[in-house]
Amino acid sequence: MNPALDPPATTVRPQARSNQRVVAVMLTVVVGSLLFVSVQPRVYRAFCEWTGLYDIDRAERVAASSIPARPVTLEFDANTHEGGLIFRPQTTSLVARTGEIVHVVYRIENTRDRTVIGQAIPSYGPQYAGGYVKKLDCFCFKQQTFAPHEIREMPVVFLLDKSLPEDANTVTLSYTFFEVPAGSSNAPATLAESGK
Amino acid sequence: MQATSHAGYAGNHDHDSHGHPTGWKRWVTTTNHKDIGTMYLWFSFAMFLVGGAMSLILRAELFAPGLQYVSPEFYNQMLTLHALIMVFGAIMPAFVGFANWMIPMMIGASDMAFARMNNWSFWLLPPAAILLSASIFVPGGAPGTGWTLYPPLSIQMGMGMDMAIFAVHILGMSSIMGSINIVTTILNLRTPGMTLMKMPLFCWTWLVTAFLLIASMPILAGAVTMLLTDRHFGTSFFSAAGGGDPVLFQHIFWFFGHPEVYIIALPAFGVVSHVIPAFSRKPLFGYASMVYAIAAIGLISFFVWAHHMYVTGIPLTGQLYFMYATMLIAVPTGVKVFNWVTTMWRGSLSFETPMLFALGFLVLFTIGGLTGLVLAMTAVDIQLQDTYYVVAHFHYVMVAGALFSAYAGLYFWLPKWTGHMYNEGLGKLHFWLSMIFFNIAFFPQHFLGLAGMPRRIPDYAQQFADFNVISSIGAFGFGFSQLLVLVVVIQAVKGGAKAPSRPWDGAHGLEWTVPSPAPYHTFEDPPVFNQAEAHG
Repeated sequence: MNPALDPPATTVRPQARSNQRVVAVMLTVVVGSLLFVSVQPRVYRAFCEWTGLYDIDRAERVAASSIPARPVTLEFDANTHEGGLIFRPQTTSLVARTGEIVHVVYRIENTRDRTVIGQAIPSYGPQYAGGYVKKLDCFCFKQQTFAPHEIREMPVVFLLDKSLPEDANTVTLSYTFFEVPAGSSNAPATLAESGK
Repeated sequence: MQATSHAGYAGNHDHDSHGHPTGWKRWVTTTNHKDIGTMYLWFSFAMFLVGGAMSLILRAELFAPGLQYVSPEFYNQMLTLHALIMVFGAIMPAFVGFANWMIPMMIGASDMAFARMNNWSFWLLPPAAILLSASIFVPGGAPGTGWTLYPPLSIQMGMGMDMAIFAVHILGMSSIMGSINIVTTILNLRTPGMTLMKMPLFCWTWLVTAFLLIASMPILAGAVTMLLTDRHFGTSFFSAAGGGDPVLFQHIFWFFGHPEVYIIALPAFGVVSHVIPAFSRKPLFGYASMVYAIAAIGLISFFVWAHHMYVTGIPLTGQLYFMYATMLIAVPTGVKVFNWVTTMWRGSLSFETPMLFALGFLVLFTIGGLTGLVLAMTAVDIQLQDTYYVVAHFHYVMVAGALFSAYAGLYFWLPKWTGHMYNEGLGKLHFWLSMIFFNIAFFPQHFLGLAGMPRRIPDYAQQFADFNVISSIGAFGFGFSQLLVLVVVIQAVKGGAKAPSRPWDGAHGLEWTVPSPAPYHTFEDPPVFNQAEAHG
């Protein structure tokens, strides 16, 4: 296994040389280990490709879908259920390509003298388009609390899935702000959004 | 140079009289294996207290649901540092300290093969410990990734992560140098007549451990270096944004990480293999099978790494292979447990503190081993991954395994080191407090894990509250009872009943043939090795 294993230390003089031999073997193992780890990224990729056991590039392939991007007109709308709030999108319409990340700001103003708690609920036109709007972040994900006369600007970030049916050339994203009656605000905030 | 110094030894036996530096210079410049062993042990104990204090911060936060004392970020930093400090700062240096003290005395060598490199191996540790601990105070704080340092979080963290990476580099260098030293010492400096198969088992466990360290530490160094270049030099080994794969890091990390588990466990096995025969007054049962089991565990430990990664999306083929390979490790480990138990069978047993800790090790390590087998099963592990069941499992093998074994060794060899018998009453109190509080702290965590409480999270759902209260009480009890060992050791260093050269009547080995306390220089001429001191 190892030449240094055989002779037990019987004499003093060849000791230094014998020690050096062991050190040389050990350092070879250290260098070997370092080489081993340094080629791992290539070996790993090659191994995965050769055996097909693990698809390293799966995530990238999903992202780079073969469906071509196309322009779609987006319209934004906002309503309130109770009144007393002024709720408007900063942008009413824009043209975006499918797969492109869209960033729109909604502005809300509480005109009342009391605190208002509520949540914005989305709806889509045409209705089926809701399944293709992939929201990364939205003020509608959770309940909002507004101090008296507070003005707030709130973002929604989303993209349109490339598999959006061909006949949908215009997609409308509409929010309705519902006030939550005081004391009944325990419903999970994301429930409304997770329907789709 | 070495030849002349050896010639000098032969002519001059009375080395205690010649002046080695005194005061702090003695410790900074020492090349004496006993001094260096002592420094390793004190260093590891200090780190043990630091890491222990961090774990008490975690348990204080977990005493009740909700956030009480610390922020979630700080909680994660504490748990990461707790793990890194306990693994690399406390347990590993403790067993290197035992190796330094005991291996030359067990094989009849005058010192380690490379005495100056030995000094350097030790003095690399304090800077690494300072780097690691100081990362708490830099912007962004200490790494909060868990000791596994998984990307993408470890790529995004602040400069605390860089400090941890450099600390790992330094610790790796120290371990590799220490290991080369140990291998050379064991292979070349054994006294005439001590063949490898007559060598004390502690030396065997360290020989295999040193090989594991030499082969696996460069792997970790490589992994964290790639992490460093991903962070600062625009490479994408693990960064998915540039085409890398974070799962690759997990493969590399655990290719190091699983042998690391046995790097900690094997020397613990070695200590117990000395203590149990001594207090059973019988030779160790199945010496040769013990040696083969150690070698087998060392070898298989390189081929089971992905059992830490069942939920990363590895293919079914991989899950099956790693499940069976992991279960295979239970075979040599089972051989060892069987041999320890059989050593006690019809022995003339007595229950001094070292034996108590060895028995505590045996019982609790076996529990930890069994939960390990449960976790090896892919289907079960997918349920239990990242729950407190895993936390309970590895604390049974790390604390009740490695730490209890280190305590067994400490009480066993303390009379040899200090020349005084320790306070047996306090020692036994220390054992029973540790044994009881350890189980109060960690046994309920099995239930928490089975009920689904995730690890590494400072808050938890209401239904976990009761078991967490029990666990926290146990942790604080365990933590404070560890201060007893400090009292025992300081008492034994300062005075106490004079220890004979062989304080345990059943103990065998060359280390018991030298006076207590062991003189500064021992075995300058190779001693005569006869069957009476052999372990086989």
